Amino acid sequence: MKTKFTADTKLESEIAYFENINLKLESGDIIDSFKLAFKTYGKLNADKTNAILVCHALTGDQYVAGNNPITGREGWWSRMVGPNKPIDTKKFFVICSNVLGGCAGSTGPKELQNGSDVAYGGNFPSITIKDMVKAQSLLIESLNIEKLFSVIGGSMGAMQALQWAIDFPDRILNIIHIAGALKHSAQNIAFHEVGRQAIMSDPIWKNGKYFENNEVPERGLSVARMIAHITYLSENAMHRKFGRKLQSRDIISFGFDADFQVESYLRYQGKSFVERFDANSYLYLTRAMDYFDHDETFRKNIEFSHNPNNHLKYLIVSFTSDWLFPTIESKIIVNQLNSLSREVSFLEIDTDKGHDSFLLEEPQLDDVIKGFLTNNFEKIDE
Amino acid sequence: MNKINSIRKDWSLIETLIAEDRKILDIGCGDGGLMEQLENNRNAITHGIELNRDLAANAIARGFNVVHGNAELDLSQYSNNSFDYVILSQTLQAMMKPKDILSELLRIGSKAIVSFPNFGHWKIRLQLLISGKMPVTESLPYTWYDTPNIHFFTIKDFLNLCNEMNIVIEKSIGLTSKGKQFDISESVTGVNFFTHEAIFLLSYKNFEPIKIKSSKKVFTKNSVIAN
Repeated sequence: MKTKFTADTKLESEIAYFENINLKLESGDIIDSFKLAFKTYGKLNADKTNAILVCHALTGDQYVAGNNPITGREGWWSRMVGPNKPIDTKKFFVICSNVLGGCAGSTGPKELQNGSDVAYGGNFPSITIKDMVKAQSLLIESLNIEKLFSVIGGSMGAMQALQWAIDFPDRILNIIHIAGALKHSAQNIAFHEVGRQAIMSDPIWKNGKYFENNEVPERGLSVARMIAHITYLSENAMHRKFGRKLQSRDIISFGFDADFQVESYLRYQGKSFVERFDANSYLYLTRAMDYFDHDETFRKNIEFSHNPNNHLKYLIVSFTSDWLFPTIESKIIVNQLNSLSREVSFLEIDTDKGHDSFLLEEPQLDDVIKGFLTNNFEKIDE
Repeated sequence: MNKINSIRKDWSLIETLIAEDRKILDIGCGDGGLMEQLENNRNAITHGIELNRDLAANAIARGFNVVHGNAELDLSQYSNNSFDYVILSQTLQAMMKPKDILSELLRIGSKAIVSFPNFGHWKIRLQLLISGKMPVTESLPYTWYDTPNIHFFTIKDFLNLCNEMNIVIEKSIGLTSKGKQFDISESVTGVNFFTHEAIFLLSYKNFEPIKIKSSKKVFTKNSVIAN
């Protein structure tokens, strides 16, 4: 396999081109060529033993730390990844790539179809978590890294980490799985479906061909984001943050303005999301999460894998107030691994910040990630 | 690697009961102190369960395989005989169903190590006798209305339960309140009186042959254990 690498100055990212590779997707479709936008932090050591792949969540991107040129803000996990941070880039070589189907430079519905000047839009093939991981594995291979020390992710990133453990256990040493599950639950699919319907009901969406008129289905996409954002918080956190406080007024308006701070906040979340995310990508990636299901197969896959996976270490973390991926879902994974006598650690962190906790200030999360990585890295060094 | 010294007296005794290179489950492992000691001194592979969130987080951050959870609910997830030793140190008296826990220990592990404070110690008996109030001592320092210890039992009680459950006591160590150590099985008289803290190595190893009582010769599936 020969991969071409270029640096994209506008995206401040590396781009890896996989040409004529005929990537076979889980759906049966084939993508003949694709590209992945990625960023790296820190230095790969001489033995290539210190590489960590960070997998981003649904609306994340490769900008895990440092500056994000698309938003002009700091990377989405800059509190976790960097020099002397829990995932210490003085010690580890951190790789983060935009997923297949994403919209931050990797091949996805926003990008031009191979050999044409038209974007994929709705012609993009259906993508699954397994496909994303397959694409990532090709990237890691082309970076000449035989074994990743760790694969780390929260939410959709946790799904990818789990998929790595299933598909490529011989190419990793441990995974850190945060706020995830073996499957996307009926309730989670339901919320995603409402979001997708919001996008597809926007007259500007036009079966995914909105880009032909240089338009964006802003209303649909922002409503989708507003709904999703509620699921990332918790009732207590919302109450603590907003209560029934009014926005820029002393009395209610008896109208449908954003009277309440919580309304104003959600509108802002929706509006700013539209500026950075592609509506079609949102459809494809939510679908990929919906299709994720290892409920029946995970235990068998781990027990009877043709790739040795006995050596794998698992750190599973959940949050008390996460109702999107509740603790019970993490415990199912832990139970199955324990029943197979695998090396698993599990912690439920007490917080009211909901599903989004993994992106926020949670000192205990920092401590366990840092300690787990540092101690296990020392063990391979011995 | 340097041998490390025990922080607690019962840990060093537990260590003497454990062979090299074994797989161990420590129930109520705290921040992993005993696990660390056994990994260092016995080259053990260790797993732990800890109910307290902060202790579990510390243990994980120190690099140990620790599951934050409740042993009374979570032991069922482990497969039969998946560990060489299962350790339950100073917590049996705090369990809702100590009998169920005991049988779980020996389902998961080939051997179990159980340690507990002896409620039959003479100081405790004397306190109850003289003051007429529930005893409060160094090893059981809680008042009756605010204690994690909900099942008080003496060495005699424990031996009876083991007998009833067909559990074999392979080794037993007693500690006096001054830290003097002795073999419980050898010193018959006054054991239950002077033992402050007891440590037992248990197994199901020596099965008795099945006794066929009825003329119909009905065997139950678990006749060896249930008997």
